[in-house]
Amino acid sequence: MANPIPLRTADNATPDAIVEVRDICKRYGDIEALRGINLDFERGKLTTLLGPSGCGKTTLLKIIAGLVPATSGQIRINGRVVTGPGPERAFVFQDFALMPWATVLRNVAFGLELKGMPQAERHRIARHYINEVGLSGFEEKYPHELSGGMRQRVGIARAFSVNADVLLLDEPFSAVDEQNRRKFQEDLLRLVDKERKTFLFVTHSIEEAVYVSDRIVLLSPRPGRVSQIIEPAIDRSAAPDVIRRDKGYLDVVEEIWQGLRQYAE
Amino acid sequence: MKLFGIKIPMMTSLIFWALVWEIVGRMDVIFLIPPMTSVIAAGFGLVQTGSWQNATLITLRSFALGMTLAIAVGVPLGVAMGRFKVVDNIFGLWVNMFVSAPLSALVPILMILFGLGETTVFVTVFLFAVWIIVLDARAGVMQVPPSLIEMGRCYGASRFTIFTKIILLSALPEILAGIRIGLIRGVKGVVIGQILVSIIGYGELFELYSRSFDMERFWALTIILFAAAMLLSAVVEHFEKRIEYYAGAR
Repeated sequence: MANPIPLRTADNATPDAIVEVRDICKRYGDIEALRGINLDFERGKLTTLLGPSGCGKTTLLKIIAGLVPATSGQIRINGRVVTGPGPERAFVFQDFALMPWATVLRNVAFGLELKGMPQAERHRIARHYINEVGLSGFEEKYPHELSGGMRQRVGIARAFSVNADVLLLDEPFSAVDEQNRRKFQEDLLRLVDKERKTFLFVTHSIEEAVYVSDRIVLLSPRPGRVSQIIEPAIDRSAAPDVIRRDKGYLDVVEEIWQGLRQYAE
Repeated sequence: MKLFGIKIPMMTSLIFWALVWEIVGRMDVIFLIPPMTSVIAAGFGLVQTGSWQNATLITLRSFALGMTLAIAVGVPLGVAMGRFKVVDNIFGLWVNMFVSAPLSALVPILMILFGLGETTVFVTVFLFAVWIIVLDARAGVMQVPPSLIEMGRCYGASRFTIFTKIILLSALPEILAGIRIGLIRGVKGVVIGQILVSIIGYGELFELYSRSFDMERFWALTIILFAAAMLLSAVVEHFEKRIEYYAGAR
């Protein structure tokens, strides 16, 4: 797997991988954060990186985003090796990363503004996604006038606006309270279904991972390695409340917990 | 403010002390304190004299020049220190030393260097104001949330765009706070500079009035200066309030 042979002939290849992670290692001085990570992320699917704190899941996501350089290894997007950020990837930040001096509209359109798109056009697109994430009427508000959940909706609208193929979400709901979090997860599933993008999602919540993911990658800590890959086969056409009581759903949550409990303090 | 359940208007305290001053003045206890009313009367007389107008012009000129230079040097230096470790290492120690140093002690040396004139006063204003502007601009730049910079990189911003559209705007509240404190320090600088040089501007007037025991005019001039400093601070504060929305998201 170490040699860069074309993916389709590689023995572990996923048929339509949009993101390929090859032998990624990351060291911070003496600390080994990630060791030999090999993963394929299938186009149009939502994959979750799940693990206890210190397992390097956010680091891996930032390496894929091109924000953090890997010590060794390769990231390929659409078959091309990447070393920095690119327009085919968009990032949703844990702390929202909104510009406090800009309105919701300008924040959402900021990715397009950086691309040099004329104002009228980028505002049209931004308004569309502000509506999609349920923030119509808040276009002229400033971030500090919104709740945590609403701020993250702005972050998600910004990521959708740039029309990237891959959306990278770094614990997007961790700063959102529990009720809003559930509503948010349901909205996210609706958007995943509608937008047909590839999602990479980092979380430390088992329930959240099982509820939203097509595939869950479990990472073990110190150094971060892939310990298990789980594909919860859950019928998402059912109502959210039905899913949360579904036996298959609960079994997967239990299975993951059994895998992770050894790392719990 | 409320006292014994009765709402008291804002200016009450000021008026109360002015009244105390007036009474003490009228009692003629000490020649240093003439009645408030005669101080105010002297003030109105003073602003009509050519010597006051001339002194004001000189003072404003030194102040404006010194402040302009302090901002023009202080903000870029502070931003550079916040961004580049090398610059920070070179200037950090000096800035921290000068920001708390008793700069008045340097004015005699400045007099030797720049002569007994406006240049010395102008340099004094600069030295009084510049350090805090540097430190605040540096703090503002260092406080930019790392995720905002990552966001810029992620969405394809160049280093220059990140600098102009994210870092500078994000640091603006601290930069303005530094300028406001710098302005107040600059007022001190211009007065101390002129008093020590004592042959130009307000320094000359203060010297003249105190030597001839013209306490009415002395106090009138002091009050004018205090009022001007407060007004200046209020103007910048008003400007700071207009960008208050920064605070909520921090």
